[in-house]
Amino acid sequence: MANVISDETIEYVGILAKLELSDEDKENAKKDMADMLDYIDKLSELDTDGVEPMSHVFSVSNVMREDEVTNGDGSESTLKNAPERHENGFIVPKTVE
Amino acid sequence: MNLLNMTATELANAIKEGKTTAVEAMQAVIAQIEKYESTYNCYVTFDKEAALENAAKVQAKIEANELTGPLAGVPVAIKDNMCTKGVLTTCSSKILGNFVPEFSSEAVINLEKAGAVMIGKTNMDEFAMGSTTETSAYGITRNPWNSNCVPGGSSGGSAAAVALSECYFALGSDTGGSIRQPASYCGVVGLKPTYGTVSRYGLIAYGSSLDQIGPLCKDVTDCATILEIISSHDRKDSTSLDRKDTDFTSALVDDVKGMKIGIPSTYFGEGLNPEVKKAVMDAVEVLKSKGAIVEEFDLELVDYAIPTYYTIAAAEASSNLERFDGVKYGFRAENFEGLHDMYKKTRSEGFGPEVKRRIMLGSFVLSSGYYDAYYLKALKVKALIKKAFDNAFAKYDVIIGPVAPTTAPGIGESLSDPIKMYLSDVYTISLNLAGLPGISIPCGLDSKGMPIGMQIIGDCYKEKNIIRAAYAYEQARGKFAEPDIKEA
Repeated sequence: MANVISDETIEYVGILAKLELSDEDKENAKKDMADMLDYIDKLSELDTDGVEPMSHVFSVSNVMREDEVTNGDGSESTLKNAPERHENGFIVPKTVE
Repeated sequence: MNLLNMTATELANAIKEGKTTAVEAMQAVIAQIEKYESTYNCYVTFDKEAALENAAKVQAKIEANELTGPLAGVPVAIKDNMCTKGVLTTCSSKILGNFVPEFSSEAVINLEKAGAVMIGKTNMDEFAMGSTTETSAYGITRNPWNSNCVPGGSSGGSAAAVALSECYFALGSDTGGSIRQPASYCGVVGLKPTYGTVSRYGLIAYGSSLDQIGPLCKDVTDCATILEIISSHDRKDSTSLDRKDTDFTSALVDDVKGMKIGIPSTYFGEGLNPEVKKAVMDAVEVLKSKGAIVEEFDLELVDYAIPTYYTIAAAEASSNLERFDGVKYGFRAENFEGLHDMYKKTRSEGFGPEVKRRIMLGSFVLSSGYYDAYYLKALKVKALIKKAFDNAFAKYDVIIGPVAPTTAPGIGESLSDPIKMYLSDVYTISLNLAGLPGISIPCGLDSKGMPIGMQIIGDCYKEKNIIRAAYAYEQARGKFAEPDIKEA
Protein backbone atom coordinates (compact mmCIF):
# COMPACT_ATOMS: atom_id res chain seq x y z
CA MET A 1 0.00 0.00 0.00
CA ALA A 2 1.55 3.26 -1.06
CA ASN A 3 0.65 6.18 1.12
CA VAL A 4 0.13 9.56 -0.47
CA ILE A 5 0.25 12.55 1.84
CA SER A 6 -1.91 15.42 0.65
CA ASP A 7 -1.06 19.12 0.93
CA GLU A 8 -3.89 19.46 3.45
CA THR A 9 -2.45 16.70 5.64
CA ILE A 10 1.01 18.22 5.70
CA GLU A 11 -0.50 21.61 6.46
CA TYR A 12 -2.41 20.06 9.37
CA VAL A 13 0.66 18.19 10.67
CA GLY A 14 2.62 21.46 10.54
CA ILE A 15 0.00 23.07 12.75
CA LEU A 16 0.00 20.15 15.22
CA ALA A 17 3.79 20.04 15.32
CA LYS A 18 4.03 23.85 15.57
CA LEU A 19 6.55 24.02 12.76
CA GLU A 20 6.77 26.57 9.98
CA LEU A 21 7.43 24.71 6.76
CA SER A 22 8.67 26.21 3.51
CA ASP A 23 7.30 24.79 0.26
CA GLU A 24 10.46 22.74 -0.11
CA ASP A 25 10.15 21.48 3.49
CA LYS A 26 6.57 20.44 2.76
CA GLU A 27 7.51 18.47 -0.33
CA ASN A 28 10.31 16.70 1.54
CA ALA A 29 8.07 16.00 4.51
CA LYS A 30 5.36 14.55 2.24
CA LYS A 31 7.83 12.11 0.77
CA ASP A 32 9.51 11.22 4.07
CA MET A 33 6.22 10.65 5.81
CA ALA A 34 4.80 8.57 2.96
CA ASP A 35 7.92 6.37 3.02
CA MET A 36 7.71 5.91 6.77
CA LEU A 37 3.99 5.13 6.69
CA ASP A 38 4.53 2.58 3.90
CA TYR A 39 7.04 0.96 6.18
CA ILE A 40 4.86 1.18 9.29
CA ASP A 41 1.95 -0.35 7.35
CA LYS A 42 3.79 -3.65 7.75
CA LEU A 43 2.16 -3.80 11.18
CA SER A 44 -1.25 -4.31 9.53
CA GLU A 45 -0.10 -7.81 8.53
CA LEU A 46 -0.49 -8.83 12.17
CA ASP A 47 -3.81 -9.80 13.66
CA THR A 48 -4.04 -7.85 16.90
CA ASP A 49 -7.74 -8.39 17.60
CA GLY A 50 -8.26 -8.77 21.33
CA VAL A 51 -4.70 -7.72 22.16
CA GLU A 52 -4.53 -5.19 24.96
CA PRO A 53 -2.38 -2.18 23.94
CA MET A 54 0.75 -2.04 26.10
CA SER A 55 1.83 1.48 26.98
CA HIS A 56 4.19 0.37 29.72
CA VAL A 57 6.07 -2.88 30.19
CA PHE A 58 5.47 -2.88 33.92
CA SER A 59 2.12 -2.07 35.43
CA VAL A 60 2.60 1.51 36.48
CA SER A 61 0.21 3.58 38.51
CA ASN A 62 0.18 7.14 39.66
CA VAL A 63 2.74 7.80 42.37
CA MET A 64 1.13 10.09 44.91
CA ARG A 65 2.92 12.17 47.52
CA GLU A 66 2.20 15.06 49.82
CA ASP A 67 2.68 18.44 48.17
CA GLU A 68 5.54 19.56 50.36
CA VAL A 69 8.37 21.81 49.25
CA THR A 70 11.66 19.96 49.58
CA ASN A 71 13.85 21.98 47.24
CA GLY A 72 14.95 25.57 47.69
CA ASP A 73 13.90 28.63 45.73
CA GLY A 74 15.31 28.13 42.24
CA SER A 75 13.41 30.97 40.62
CA GLU A 76 16.43 33.16 39.93
CA SER A 77 18.51 30.42 38.28
CA THR A 78 15.41 29.27 36.37
CA LEU A 79 14.68 32.76 35.10
CA LYS A 80 18.29 33.17 34.06
CA ASN A 81 17.53 30.76 31.22
CA ALA A 82 14.59 32.82 29.96
CA PRO A 83 15.02 34.32 26.48
CA GLU A 84 13.31 37.43 27.83
CA ARG A 85 12.23 38.25 31.37
CA HIS A 86 10.77 41.05 33.42
CA GLU A 87 11.46 40.88 37.14
CA ASN A 88 9.96 37.54 38.22
CA GLY A 89 8.21 36.69 34.97
CA PHE A 90 8.77 35.46 31.44
CA ILE A 91 8.05 37.92 28.65
CA VAL A 92 5.98 36.55 25.76
CA PRO A 93 4.54 38.32 22.73
CA LYS A 94 1.25 40.11 23.39
CA THR A 95 -1.64 37.64 23.16
CA VAL A 96 -4.67 39.82 24.00
CA GLU A 97 -5.72 43.05 22.43
CA MET B 1 52.50 3.01 35.74
CA ASN B 2 50.47 4.08 32.73
CA LEU B 3 47.36 5.68 34.18
CA LEU B 4 45.40 5.58 30.93
CA ASN B 5 45.69 1.79 30.62
CA MET B 6 43.73 1.37 33.83
CA THR B 7 40.03 0.66 33.98
CA ALA B 8 37.83 2.87 36.17
CA THR B 9 37.86 0.43 39.08
CA GLU B 10 41.62 -0.15 38.80
CA LEU B 11 42.16 3.60 38.87
CA ALA B 12 39.96 4.03 41.95
CA ASN B 13 41.98 1.33 43.72
CA ALA B 14 45.26 2.97 42.78
CA ILE B 15 43.99 6.31 44.12
CA LYS B 16 42.81 4.64 47.32
CA GLU B 17 46.21 3.04 47.79
CA GLY B 18 47.92 6.40 47.31
CA LYS B 19 49.72 5.31 44.12
CA THR B 20 48.17 8.18 42.18
CA THR B 21 45.60 10.93 42.74
CA ALA B 22 42.30 12.06 41.27
CA VAL B 23 44.09 15.16 40.01
CA GLU B 24 46.77 13.16 38.17
CA ALA B 25 44.07 11.00 36.59
CA MET B 26 42.18 14.11 35.49
CA GLN B 27 45.37 15.61 34.05
CA ALA B 28 45.95 12.39 32.10
CA VAL B 29 42.52 12.46 30.42
CA ILE B 30 42.78 16.21 29.81
CA ALA B 31 46.06 15.57 27.96
CA GLN B 32 44.19 13.05 25.76
CA ILE B 33 41.40 15.57 25.15
CA GLU B 34 43.86 18.28 24.18
CA LYS B 35 45.61 15.90 21.82
CA TYR B 36 42.62 14.36 20.05
CA GLU B 37 39.57 16.54 20.48
CA SER B 38 40.21 18.67 17.40
CA THR B 39 39.99 15.50 15.29
CA TYR B 40 37.35 13.41 17.05
CA ASN B 41 35.04 16.00 18.70
CA CYS B 42 33.67 13.83 21.53
CA TYR B 43 32.69 16.72 23.79
CA VAL B 44 30.19 19.54 23.39
CA THR B 45 31.28 21.14 26.66
CA PHE B 46 34.59 20.68 28.44
CA ASP B 47 35.67 22.90 31.34
CA LYS B 48 39.29 22.12 32.20
CA GLU B 49 39.56 24.40 35.22
CA ALA B 50 36.33 23.13 36.81
CA ALA B 51 37.34 19.50 36.18
CA LEU B 52 40.73 19.97 37.87
CA GLU B 53 39.19 21.91 40.73
CA ASN B 54 36.57 19.21 41.35
CA ALA B 55 39.23 16.50 41.13
CA ALA B 56 41.24 18.28 43.84
CA LYS B 57 38.16 18.53 46.07
CA VAL B 58 37.42 14.83 45.64
CA GLN B 59 41.05 13.91 46.30
CA ALA B 60 40.90 15.79 49.62
CA LYS B 61 37.78 13.84 50.59
CA ILE B 62 39.42 10.55 49.63
CA GLU B 63 42.42 11.39 51.80
CA ALA B 64 40.08 12.32 54.65
CA ASN B 65 38.39 8.90 54.23
CA GLU B 66 35.07 10.57 53.42
CA LEU B 67 34.94 8.94 49.97
CA THR B 68 35.78 5.25 49.87
CA GLY B 69 33.62 3.91 47.03
CA PRO B 70 34.77 1.96 43.96
CA LEU B 71 34.63 5.01 41.64
CA ALA B 72 36.02 7.70 43.95
CA GLY B 73 38.30 10.06 42.05
CA VAL B 74 37.52 8.61 38.59
CA PRO B 75 36.96 11.08 35.70
CA VAL B 76 33.59 10.55 33.97
CA ALA B 77 31.95 12.04 30.86
CA ILE B 78 28.20 12.66 30.74
CA LYS B 79 26.03 12.55 27.61
CA ASP B 80 24.70 16.00 26.87
CA ASN B 81 21.04 15.05 27.34
CA MET B 82 21.47 14.68 31.11
CA CYS B 83 20.97 17.85 33.12
CA THR B 84 24.02 19.00 35.06
CA LYS B 85 23.60 21.83 37.55
CA GLY B 86 25.36 24.98 36.37
CA VAL B 87 26.82 23.24 33.30
CA LEU B 88 25.54 23.84 29.77
CA THR B 89 23.20 21.01 28.61
CA THR B 90 22.40 21.26 24.91
CA CYS B 91 21.11 17.83 23.80
CA SER B 92 23.33 18.67 20.80
CA SER B 93 20.55 20.98 19.59
CA LYS B 94 20.53 24.64 18.67
CA ILE B 95 17.26 25.03 20.56
CA LEU B 96 19.06 24.33 23.89
CA GLY B 97 22.29 26.02 22.86
CA ASN B 98 22.33 28.28 25.93
CA PHE B 99 20.49 26.13 28.50
CA VAL B 100 22.13 25.90 31.93
CA PRO B 101 20.07 23.61 34.21
CA GLU B 102 19.54 24.51 37.83
CA PHE B 103 19.50 20.85 38.88
CA SER B 104 21.37 17.64 38.06
CA SER B 105 19.87 14.39 36.85
CA GLU B 106 19.60 11.68 39.50
CA ALA B 107 22.14 9.39 37.79
CA VAL B 108 24.71 12.20 37.80
CA ILE B 109 23.99 12.95 41.47
CA ASN B 110 24.51 9.26 42.31
CA LEU B 111 27.89 9.35 40.56
CA GLU B 112 28.91 12.57 42.33
CA LYS B 113 27.99 11.08 45.70
CA ALA B 114 30.27 8.16 44.85
CA GLY B 115 33.12 10.58 44.11
CA ALA B 116 33.30 10.32 40.31
CA VAL B 117 34.46 13.62 38.80
CA MET B 118 32.76 15.04 35.72
CA ILE B 119 35.01 16.17 32.87
CA GLY B 120 32.39 17.46 30.46
CA LYS B 121 29.35 16.73 28.32
CA THR B 122 29.54 14.43 25.33
CA ASN B 123 28.27 14.90 21.80
CA MET B 124 25.22 12.97 20.57
CA ASP B 125 22.62 12.89 17.84
CA GLU B 126 20.29 15.86 18.33
CA PHE B 127 17.82 14.88 21.08
CA ALA B 128 19.21 11.32 20.75
CA MET B 129 17.47 10.95 17.38
CA GLY B 130 19.93 9.19 15.13
CA SER B 131 22.30 6.23 14.96
CA THR B 132 25.54 7.96 13.92
CA THR B 133 26.08 11.19 15.96
CA GLU B 134 25.88 13.04 12.65
CA THR B 135 22.65 14.92 13.48
CA SER B 136 24.35 16.95 16.24
CA ALA B 137 24.15 20.73 15.83
CA TYR B 138 27.75 20.90 17.11
CA GLY B 139 29.59 18.86 14.52
CA ILE B 140 30.07 15.15 13.98
CA THR B 141 32.09 12.86 16.25
CA ARG B 142 34.58 10.53 14.54
CA ASN B 143 35.32 6.89 15.26
CA PRO B 144 38.63 6.36 17.14
CA TRP B 145 39.31 3.18 15.12
CA ASN B 146 38.98 5.01 11.79
CA SER B 147 38.32 8.72 11.66
CA ASN B 148 36.44 8.33 8.36
CA CYS B 149 33.78 6.24 10.09
CA VAL B 150 30.96 7.23 12.42
CA PRO B 151 31.14 6.29 16.12
CA GLY B 152 27.52 5.14 16.10
CA GLY B 153 24.80 6.86 18.04
CA SER B 154 23.15 8.42 19.59
CA SER B 155 25.67 8.18 22.47
CA GLY B 156 28.57 8.42 19.98
CA GLY B 157 30.52 11.06 21.92
CA SER B 158 30.41 8.94 25.08
CA ALA B 159 31.55 5.76 23.29
CA ALA B 160 34.35 7.49 21.38
CA ALA B 161 35.56 9.33 24.51
CA VAL B 162 35.95 5.98 26.33
CA ALA B 163 37.82 4.45 23.37
CA LEU B 164 40.16 7.47 23.17
CA SER B 165 40.80 7.46 26.96
CA GLU B 166 39.35 10.97 27.05
CA CYS B 167 37.53 9.68 30.14
CA TYR B 168 37.56 6.47 32.21
CA PHE B 169 33.88 5.83 31.64
CA ALA B 170 30.80 7.67 30.43
CA LEU B 171 27.05 7.72 30.85
CA GLY B 172 24.86 7.30 27.81
CA SER B 173 21.14 6.87 27.21
CA ASP B 174 19.47 4.13 25.18
CA THR B 175 16.05 4.54 23.56
CA GLY B 176 16.50 2.09 20.67
CA GLY B 177 20.14 1.00 20.94
CA SER B 178 21.87 4.31 21.62
CA ILE B 179 24.27 2.85 24.21
CA ARG B 180 24.83 -0.63 22.80
CA GLN B 181 25.35 0.26 19.12
CA PRO B 182 28.02 2.99 19.62
CA ALA B 183 29.71 0.72 22.20
CA SER B 184 29.86 -1.96 19.50
CA TYR B 185 31.18 0.44 16.82
CA CYS B 186 33.85 1.85 19.17
CA GLY B 187 35.02 -1.42 20.79
CA VAL B 188 33.87 -0.64 24.35
CA VAL B 189 31.37 -2.19 26.76
CA GLY B 190 27.89 -0.66 27.02
CA LEU B 191 24.82 -1.73 28.97
CA LYS B 192 21.16 -0.77 28.84
CA PRO B 193 19.47 -1.74 32.11
CA THR B 194 15.92 -2.98 32.64
CA TYR B 195 13.52 -0.07 32.10
CA GLY B 196 13.09 1.80 35.40
CA THR B 197 16.37 0.67 37.00
CA VAL B 198 18.13 4.03 36.61
CA SER B 199 16.09 7.14 37.33
CA ARG B 200 15.18 9.25 34.29
CA TYR B 201 14.90 12.38 36.43
CA GLY B 202 16.87 15.08 34.66
CA LEU B 203 17.27 13.07 31.45
CA ILE B 204 15.82 15.21 28.68
CA ALA B 205 13.07 12.95 27.37
CA TYR B 206 12.91 11.49 23.86
CA GLY B 207 10.68 8.40 24.12
CA SER B 208 9.78 8.27 27.81
CA SER B 209 8.54 4.66 27.82
CA LEU B 210 11.78 3.51 26.15
CA ASP B 211 14.58 5.75 27.53
CA GLN B 212 17.11 4.29 29.97
CA ILE B 213 20.47 5.61 31.19
CA GLY B 214 23.43 3.22 31.34
CA PRO B 215 27.25 2.98 31.36
CA LEU B 216 29.80 2.95 28.52
CA CYS B 217 33.11 1.68 29.83
CA LYS B 218 36.28 -0.34 29.35
CA ASP B 219 35.28 -3.72 30.74
CA VAL B 220 32.50 -5.76 32.35
CA THR B 221 33.78 -5.20 35.91
CA ASP B 222 33.53 -1.43 35.43
CA CYS B 223 30.10 -1.91 33.85
CA ALA B 224 28.66 -3.79 36.85
CA THR B 225 30.30 -1.38 39.30
CA ILE B 226 28.93 1.75 37.58
CA LEU B 227 25.47 0.25 37.18
CA GLU B 228 25.37 -0.61 40.88
CA ILE B 229 26.06 3.04 41.71
CA ILE B 230 23.68 4.75 39.29
CA SER B 231 20.72 2.42 39.98
CA SER B 232 18.33 3.82 42.53
CA HIS B 233 14.67 4.07 43.37
CA ASP B 234 13.69 7.68 42.79
CA ARG B 235 10.39 9.22 43.84
CA LYS B 236 10.95 11.95 41.26
CA ASP B 237 10.57 9.41 38.43
CA SER B 238 7.16 7.73 38.59
CA THR B 239 8.40 4.80 36.47
CA SER B 240 11.40 4.15 38.73
CA LEU B 241 11.51 0.58 40.03
CA ASP B 242 12.14 -0.20 43.69
CA ARG B 243 14.69 -2.98 43.23
CA LYS B 244 16.51 -4.75 46.04
CA ASP B 245 18.74 -6.78 43.70
CA THR B 246 21.10 -4.06 42.43
CA ASP B 247 24.27 -5.67 43.84
CA PHE B 248 25.36 -6.24 40.24
CA THR B 249 29.04 -6.80 41.04
CA SER B 250 28.06 -10.06 42.77
CA ALA B 251 27.48 -11.41 39.23
CA LEU B 252 31.13 -10.99 38.23
CA VAL B 253 31.64 -14.74 38.33
CA ASP B 254 33.64 -16.69 35.75
CA ASP B 255 31.22 -19.59 35.50
CA VAL B 256 28.56 -20.29 32.89
CA LYS B 257 28.22 -24.04 33.46
CA GLY B 258 24.65 -25.04 32.73
CA MET B 259 23.62 -21.53 31.63
CA LYS B 260 21.00 -21.84 28.90
CA ILE B 261 21.75 -19.61 25.92
CA GLY B 262 19.23 -19.07 23.13
CA ILE B 263 20.48 -18.09 19.68
CA PRO B 264 17.67 -16.46 17.66
CA SER B 265 18.09 -17.67 14.08
CA THR B 266 16.14 -14.58 12.98
CA TYR B 267 19.06 -12.47 14.24
CA PHE B 268 21.54 -14.27 12.00
CA GLY B 269 19.72 -14.19 8.67
CA GLU B 270 19.65 -11.88 5.70
CA GLY B 271 21.28 -8.48 6.12
CA LEU B 272 23.88 -9.59 8.66
CA ASN B 273 27.48 -9.05 7.56
CA PRO B 274 29.26 -12.47 7.42
CA GLU B 275 32.28 -11.22 9.39
CA VAL B 276 30.00 -9.96 12.18
CA LYS B 277 28.15 -13.27 12.13
CA LYS B 278 31.35 -15.30 12.43
CA ALA B 279 32.76 -13.19 15.28
CA VAL B 280 29.55 -13.49 17.31
CA MET B 281 29.20 -17.23 16.65
CA ASP B 282 32.85 -17.75 17.65
CA ALA B 283 32.18 -15.89 20.91
CA VAL B 284 29.15 -18.11 21.56
CA GLU B 285 31.42 -21.14 21.03
CA VAL B 286 33.69 -19.81 23.77
CA LEU B 287 30.77 -19.77 26.21
CA LYS B 288 29.76 -23.25 25.04
CA SER B 289 33.27 -24.55 25.70
CA LYS B 290 32.93 -23.17 29.24
CA GLY B 291 29.87 -25.30 29.85
CA ALA B 292 26.94 -23.19 28.63
CA ILE B 293 24.10 -24.99 26.85
CA VAL B 294 23.51 -23.35 23.48
CA GLU B 295 20.38 -23.82 21.39
CA GLU B 296 19.01 -22.13 18.29
CA PHE B 297 15.42 -20.98 18.28
CA ASP B 298 13.00 -18.77 16.35
CA LEU B 299 12.42 -15.41 18.00
CA GLU B 300 9.14 -14.22 16.55
CA LEU B 301 8.17 -10.79 15.24
CA VAL B 302 11.72 -9.45 14.74
CA ASP B 303 10.66 -7.76 11.48
CA TYR B 304 7.94 -5.81 13.25
CA ALA B 305 10.13 -4.21 15.92
CA ILE B 306 11.37 -1.27 13.86
CA PRO B 307 7.98 -0.03 12.56
CA THR B 308 6.55 -0.46 16.06
CA TYR B 309 9.44 1.44 17.59
CA TYR B 310 9.37 4.38 15.19
CA THR B 311 5.63 4.84 15.68
CA ILE B 312 5.87 4.84 19.47
CA ALA B 313 9.14 6.79 19.72
CA ALA B 314 7.96 9.47 17.27
CA ALA B 315 4.62 9.80 19.08
CA GLU B 316 6.29 10.23 22.45
CA ALA B 317 8.91 12.59 20.98
CA SER B 318 6.27 14.85 19.42
CA SER B 319 4.67 15.19 22.83
CA ASN B 320 7.91 15.50 24.84
CA LEU B 321 9.40 18.13 22.53
CA GLU B 322 6.36 20.42 22.73
CA ARG B 323 8.04 22.10 25.70
CA PHE B 324 10.68 23.70 23.47
CA ASP B 325 8.79 26.84 22.54
CA GLY B 326 11.15 29.73 23.22
CA VAL B 327 9.39 30.90 26.39
CA LYS B 328 11.15 29.62 29.49
CA TYR B 329 14.61 28.57 28.28
CA GLY B 330 16.71 27.97 25.22
CA PHE B 331 16.65 29.58 21.82
CA ARG B 332 13.99 32.07 20.69
CA ALA B 333 13.68 33.25 17.08
CA GLU B 334 14.53 36.90 16.55
CA ASN B 335 11.78 38.01 14.19
CA PHE B 336 8.15 37.02 14.61
CA GLU B 337 4.63 38.37 14.69
CA GLY B 338 2.69 37.30 17.76
CA LEU B 339 2.85 34.28 20.05
CA HIS B 340 2.08 31.44 17.63
CA ASP B 341 4.46 32.75 15.03
CA MET B 342 7.13 32.93 17.77
CA TYR B 343 6.54 29.26 18.65
CA LYS B 344 6.68 28.14 15.03
CA LYS B 345 9.72 30.17 14.02
CA THR B 346 11.60 29.23 17.20
CA ARG B 347 10.98 25.53 16.65
CA SER B 348 11.63 25.62 12.90
CA GLU B 349 14.94 27.43 13.35
CA GLY B 350 15.92 25.57 16.53
CA PHE B 351 15.37 21.92 15.53
CA GLY B 352 17.36 20.02 12.91
CA PRO B 353 15.83 17.96 10.05
CA GLU B 354 15.79 14.53 11.75
CA VAL B 355 14.08 15.94 14.86
CA LYS B 356 11.47 17.72 12.74
CA ARG B 357 10.89 14.52 10.74
CA ARG B 358 10.12 12.56 13.92
CA ILE B 359 7.99 15.31 15.48
CA MET B 360 5.87 15.44 12.32
CA LEU B 361 5.50 11.67 12.10
CA GLY B 362 4.60 11.57 15.79
CA SER B 363 2.05 14.36 15.45
CA PHE B 364 0.50 12.47 12.56
CA VAL B 365 0.21 9.05 14.22
CA LEU B 366 -1.37 10.66 17.29
CA SER B 367 -3.81 12.81 15.32
CA SER B 368 -7.52 12.18 15.34
CA GLY B 369 -8.44 9.67 12.63
CA TYR B 370 -5.00 7.99 12.60
CA TYR B 371 -4.47 7.28 16.29
CA ASP B 372 -6.10 3.84 16.26
CA ALA B 373 -4.59 2.73 12.96
CA TYR B 374 -1.02 3.65 13.85
CA TYR B 375 -0.34 4.46 17.49
CA LEU B 376 -2.73 2.03 19.13
CA LYS B 377 -1.78 -0.66 16.62
CA ALA B 378 1.89 -0.21 17.55
CA LEU B 379 1.09 -0.53 21.27
CA LYS B 380 -0.68 -3.82 20.51
CA VAL B 381 2.26 -5.15 18.52
CA LYS B 382 4.52 -4.07 21.38
CA ALA B 383 2.50 -6.38 23.64
CA LEU B 384 3.04 -9.24 21.16
CA ILE B 385 6.79 -8.55 21.00
CA LYS B 386 6.98 -8.61 24.78
CA LYS B 387 5.12 -11.94 24.74
CA ALA B 388 7.61 -13.37 22.22
CA PHE B 389 10.47 -12.54 24.60
CA ASP B 390 8.52 -13.95 27.57
CA ASN B 391 8.23 -17.24 25.66
CA ALA B 392 11.96 -17.22 24.90
CA PHE B 393 12.97 -16.47 28.49
CA ALA B 394 10.82 -19.33 29.73
CA LYS B 395 13.46 -21.52 28.06
CA TYR B 396 16.71 -19.53 28.18
CA ASP B 397 18.74 -17.58 30.75
CA VAL B 398 20.13 -15.25 28.11
CA ILE B 399 19.73 -14.61 24.38
CA ILE B 400 22.83 -13.82 22.32
CA GLY B 401 23.09 -12.11 18.95
CA PRO B 402 24.91 -9.31 17.15
CA VAL B 403 24.48 -5.67 18.24
CA ALA B 404 24.32 -4.28 14.70
CA PRO B 405 24.25 -5.84 11.21
CA THR B 406 27.60 -4.28 10.24
CA THR B 407 30.61 -2.55 11.77
CA ALA B 408 30.71 1.28 11.78
CA PRO B 409 29.67 2.79 8.43
CA GLY B 410 31.54 5.64 6.79
CA ILE B 411 30.68 9.24 7.57
CA GLY B 412 27.81 10.49 5.40
CA GLU B 413 26.64 7.03 4.30
CA SER B 414 23.58 6.79 6.55
CA LEU B 415 21.85 10.16 6.59
CA SER B 416 20.73 10.17 2.97
CA ASP B 417 18.32 7.29 3.54
CA PRO B 418 16.55 7.51 6.94
CA ILE B 419 14.86 4.12 6.66
CA LYS B 420 18.19 2.43 5.94
CA MET B 421 19.62 4.10 9.05
CA TYR B 422 16.62 2.94 11.08
CA LEU B 423 17.17 -0.64 9.87
CA SER B 424 20.60 -0.73 11.48
CA ASP B 425 18.79 -0.76 14.85
CA VAL B 426 17.04 -4.07 14.11
CA TYR B 427 18.75 -6.13 16.83
CA THR B 428 18.72 -3.54 19.61
CA ILE B 429 15.33 -1.87 19.31
CA SER B 430 13.07 -4.67 20.53
CA LEU B 431 14.78 -4.66 23.95
CA ASN B 432 13.55 -1.12 24.53
CA LEU B 433 10.02 -2.08 23.51
CA ALA B 434 10.08 -5.04 25.93
CA GLY B 435 11.99 -3.20 28.70
CA LEU B 436 14.80 -5.79 28.68
CA PRO B 437 18.44 -5.32 29.70
CA GLY B 438 21.20 -5.86 27.16
CA ILE B 439 24.97 -5.56 27.10
CA SER B 440 27.30 -4.97 24.16
CA ILE B 441 30.78 -6.45 24.51
CA PRO B 442 33.59 -6.39 21.92
CA CYS B 443 34.15 -9.84 20.37
CA GLY B 444 36.40 -9.29 17.37
CA LEU B 445 37.58 -7.10 14.52
CA ASP B 446 36.50 -7.23 10.89
CA SER B 447 38.95 -7.36 7.98
CA LYS B 448 39.16 -3.54 7.99
CA GLY B 449 40.16 -3.59 11.64
CA MET B 450 36.82 -2.25 12.94
CA PRO B 451 35.38 -3.63 16.20
CA ILE B 452 32.44 -6.04 16.34
CA GLY B 453 30.06 -6.25 19.30
CA MET B 454 28.18 -9.20 20.75
CA GLN B 455 24.83 -8.46 22.39
CA ILE B 456 23.76 -10.49 25.42
CA ILE B 457 20.10 -10.00 26.28
CA GLY B 458 18.43 -10.85 29.58
CA ASP B 459 14.87 -11.00 30.85
CA CYS B 460 13.59 -8.01 32.85
CA TYR B 461 15.47 -7.73 36.19
CA LYS B 462 18.06 -10.27 35.01
CA GLU B 463 21.08 -8.00 34.51
CA LYS B 464 23.06 -10.45 36.62
CA ASN B 465 22.67 -13.18 33.99
CA ILE B 466 24.03 -10.98 31.21
CA ILE B 467 26.84 -9.60 33.38
CA ARG B 468 27.85 -13.14 34.32
CA ALA B 469 27.87 -14.33 30.69
CA ALA B 470 29.74 -11.22 29.52
CA TYR B 471 32.28 -11.53 32.33
CA ALA B 472 32.92 -15.22 31.64
CA TYR B 473 33.41 -14.45 27.93
CA GLU B 474 35.71 -11.53 28.72
CA GLN B 475 37.89 -13.70 30.99
CA ALA B 476 38.38 -16.17 28.13
CA ARG B 477 38.85 -13.44 25.51
CA GLY B 478 41.46 -11.49 27.45
CA LYS B 479 42.20 -7.82 26.89
CA PHE B 480 40.56 -6.48 23.73
CA ALA B 481 42.54 -4.80 20.94
CA GLU B 482 43.10 -1.06 21.16
CA PRO B 483 42.60 1.47 18.36
CA ASP B 484 45.65 2.86 16.63
CA ILE B 485 44.60 6.46 17.17
CA LYS B 486 45.60 8.95 14.52
CA GLU B 487 45.90 12.68 14.99
CA ALA B 488 44.65 14.90 12.22
